[in-house]
Amino acid sequence: MAIYPLKEAKQPPLGERGAIAWVRHNLLSSPFNIFFTLLGIAVLAMIIPPFVKWAITDANFVGHTKADCTGDGACWVFVHEKLKMFVYGFYPEAELWRAKLTIAIAIGTLFVLKFARPRWIKIGTIILLPIAAIILLRGGFMGLPLVETSKWGGLLLTLVISTVGIVLSFPIGVLLALGRQSRLPIIKTLSVFYIELVRGVPLITVLFMASVILPLFFPEGINFDKLIRALIGITFFEAAYIAENIRGGLQAIPKGQYEAADALGLGYWQKMRLVILPQAVKVAIPNLVGTFISLFKDTSLVMIIGLFDLLAMVQLTANDRDWLGMETEGYVFVAFVFWIFTFSMSFFSKRLEKHLDTNNRD
Amino acid sequence: MLTLLRNEKVRGILYQILVITGFLIVAYFIAINTAHNIEVRGIKSGFDFLHATAGFDITESPIPFSPQSTHWDVFKVGLLNTLIVSFAGIILSSILGLIIGVSRLSKNWIINRLAAGYIETFRNIPVLLQILFWYNVVLATLPATRKSLNFFDSIFINNRGIFIPNPIFEPGAWLIGVALVAALIGGWWIHRWAFKRHEETGENFPAIWAGLGLVIVLPLLAYLIMGGPVHFDYPALKGFNFQGGKVFTPEFLALLFALSIYTATFIAEAIRSGIEAVPKGQKEAATALGLTPIQSLRFVILPQAVRIAIPSIINQYLNLTKNSSLAAAIGYPELVTIFAGTSLNQTGQALEILGITMLTYLIISLVVSLILNWFNAKMKIKER
Repeated sequence: MAIYPLKEAKQPPLGERGAIAWVRHNLLSSPFNIFFTLLGIAVLAMIIPPFVKWAITDANFVGHTKADCTGDGACWVFVHEKLKMFVYGFYPEAELWRAKLTIAIAIGTLFVLKFARPRWIKIGTIILLPIAAIILLRGGFMGLPLVETSKWGGLLLTLVISTVGIVLSFPIGVLLALGRQSRLPIIKTLSVFYIELVRGVPLITVLFMASVILPLFFPEGINFDKLIRALIGITFFEAAYIAENIRGGLQAIPKGQYEAADALGLGYWQKMRLVILPQAVKVAIPNLVGTFISLFKDTSLVMIIGLFDLLAMVQLTANDRDWLGMETEGYVFVAFVFWIFTFSMSFFSKRLEKHLDTNNRD
Repeated sequence: MLTLLRNEKVRGILYQILVITGFLIVAYFIAINTAHNIEVRGIKSGFDFLHATAGFDITESPIPFSPQSTHWDVFKVGLLNTLIVSFAGIILSSILGLIIGVSRLSKNWIINRLAAGYIETFRNIPVLLQILFWYNVVLATLPATRKSLNFFDSIFINNRGIFIPNPIFEPGAWLIGVALVAALIGGWWIHRWAFKRHEETGENFPAIWAGLGLVIVLPLLAYLIMGGPVHFDYPALKGFNFQGGKVFTPEFLALLFALSIYTATFIAEAIRSGIEAVPKGQKEAATALGLTPIQSLRFVILPQAVRIAIPSIINQYLNLTKNSSLAAAIGYPELVTIFAGTSLNQTGQALEILGITMLTYLIISLVVSLILNWFNAKMKIKER
């Protein structure tokens, strides 16, 4: 009986494996595709080399004045010299350690959120963080000199506004979302009205309102600081958007969950807190992070009502007589900072989504 | 009493009474404080200011405006400018968003990555920063008027804006407009007829080409019949600036470019997720039926993708309109800049002016959501 030994399988032809196949399939599969590949390379060649030339090879990194920028490229000396202003605004030099400590605490909070187990610790830290930050930054007690909020600025202010905005608007948003889903007609109407009203107008009008009209709402003598007014405006504005995100989550929860909670004899708040909201928030996370990202970007609007956030600081320093014509470097720097923050937020949200995905499909 | 409190209905009513009382108390508190503060500070109230002379000029206005015009005119100019820049932005961002969105789905790796890079970059940078960048960096560094970039002696680009020839319509030009409208109606009718015939007989008719031909040929015929009643007013350098023609100011352009580029990223994502949301089986079924890739895109994928993508695209249009209010940072004379800005500073009547401004945006939003609801109802899959 003849024996036919199993032949070793031949490797696919050279053109069908490895890098060559990848290039053939992804870049050169048809004349059209070749054309697009060339087009893409042309676009890249138009963007990347000039940018690298401007930002790195021709750029100036060392020096202290504008005169030190002799090359054709970017003058990063400007960013370097003004970095303190970009990060802390006009915060007094002697008190800078407080700003630094605040940032350290904020970073510490992230670790607490990552490693602490019981939920109440997490929630507690999230609520305490902005309060502690504001008290520490403002001072005016126990020998800490008072630093007026008008002195706060730069990235510090951007972070304060966005963190406080996120932390404060979230519970309001949840309440509004529950109100909108409520069976009680008056509560529902009020919530719908509020949400639609706020979502229909641009943030800038709300900020104008907060800075010009809000003081009229209170008895004479009560004067809010400009920052607080901006915070109130931003918080109430974003709450409406958060409410809509949460509502989306609430609507995605199967009816059976509500009925099961009712059958267990849970009251309304128990039902929401223990059964519905944890699931609804989970579903809403991608959209919530989207809202947080846009809140973070929107903080730059406070510039228009005269607060000095990161972008406003750059605008201001670029008008410095010793540094005229440095807008480009400033804007690119700010764009980079914002980009880092927003990009890591969306990256984090994707991780969180995966982490929370209890839908065991595969 | 206690059992009554345990009744859900009674409690519901009680809650609502509590909420409404709280709401009314706060509203009352705010109202009396405001009234008092307005009196103490000597702020005028009422809407008489709308008929008062504004006393300032507006750099660009689609309707005649002079310092003698009223604040009501300021409002109208602001609203029109908001609508103009929003409309232009919607067109531009749609084109850009479509290109980027389709590129994002391309099988070509480089194109795909380029589109992704575009989206991730511009979506994550505040639009205000982008507006300032265009205004203070890109457009401010264009050459001065005397060294304008010159295209065929009819288009000039310099740091005062982009100057293009302006069409001037002479008396006979109405026929061209009539012809255009007739062509549009005719095109629509052909489309319907072709669709019906296709449904009945299965025969195809190149309705798109026929319609396109109609839209081009009819106005052209009208133009020739009336002996060319349109001519162009070319911009020309006179003294320090260009005269004549139509100018797009740097404020307008900065706002338009920044808003379009920013919004295009969201539109591109909407288009991508719309197309990706169509189940794979649909494409496979279309291929199994023998449809070509283009046919399956045209008849199977796109109709379903559009249904998913359009609502979020329309929302982006609304966002673009609302973001146009950021013009306040560079001084393009739209609603917020001149009405909620200059007029407010002149009259001091913040309550009325901000009220009108917010109401205007609210009405725009409501109209758009009505359109959206109508669209959603129309596009809803008709199931059994």
